[in-house]
Amino acid sequence: MQLTNLQTIPGKDIVEHFGLVSGSTVRAKHVGKDIMAGFKNMVGGELKGYTELLNEARDEATARMIQAASAMGANAVVNVRFSTSSVAQGASEIYVYGTAVRVE
Amino acid sequence: MEYANIILFFAFLALGYGVGTYLEKRHYRDIEAREKAYLNIPIVTMEETVGYEQEVASANLVSGSVVISIDYFKRILSGLQMFVGGRVTAYETLVDRARREAILRMIENSHGADIIENVRVETSAIGQSANRKQAVGSVEALAYGTAIKLR
Repeated sequence: MQLTNLQTIPGKDIVEHFGLVSGSTVRAKHVGKDIMAGFKNMVGGELKGYTELLNEARDEATARMIQAASAMGANAVVNVRFSTSSVAQGASEIYVYGTAVRVE
Repeated sequence: MEYANIILFFAFLALGYGVGTYLEKRHYRDIEAREKAYLNIPIVTMEETVGYEQEVASANLVSGSVVISIDYFKRILSGLQMFVGGRVTAYETLVDRARREAILRMIENSHGADIIENVRVETSAIGQSANRKQAVGSVEALAYGTAIKLR
């Protein structure tokens, strides 16, 4: 499965469109990580626990999108977009969407 | 006992100022050194591949992200700055650091790409202050694009 956020896949031709595919996940922060983040809030800087959490969430959302695309018989997803929103205090939703296509 | 809270407040303020400023300076030095190292890789926001379509070996989605928190001193400072109005310098460096770090991580995740196209950068507020716009405690910056390797 090839992913790009361009209109096409360079060097290949799109032969079939399957429409929108998407994947999403909602993640809440871990209590232990939250305590560490509380300390880090004093001095500032990177909150590694949160960075990892959001990266894992993004990987999972992408995996779900890929699963939806391969179920349609696509071999690539073009014009992929990411979006993050806070649905509740301490929980983030990661949404990934794109257009499933077959390229040759 | 009444003074305990006040002492604690100033202790946190001093800790935030001292350690926070040191960490921020160190982070900026790190960012600048890495940016210099990756100057030869073009990062563009355009979508078209112009002139080298035939030479493309691979095109893959790459992303980089980071969550950065503000320190205690700056949180208090930003409160004062917002009261007065105008530039809130406390937050300017926070989002600047987050974006530049996210872009650098995106480049590092591309493992030797020749060009990164259609780069998008987005920022969102997360953490304890997720739904309270007036108190941005930490921001997440995400940079993503298509890493192109040429033959």
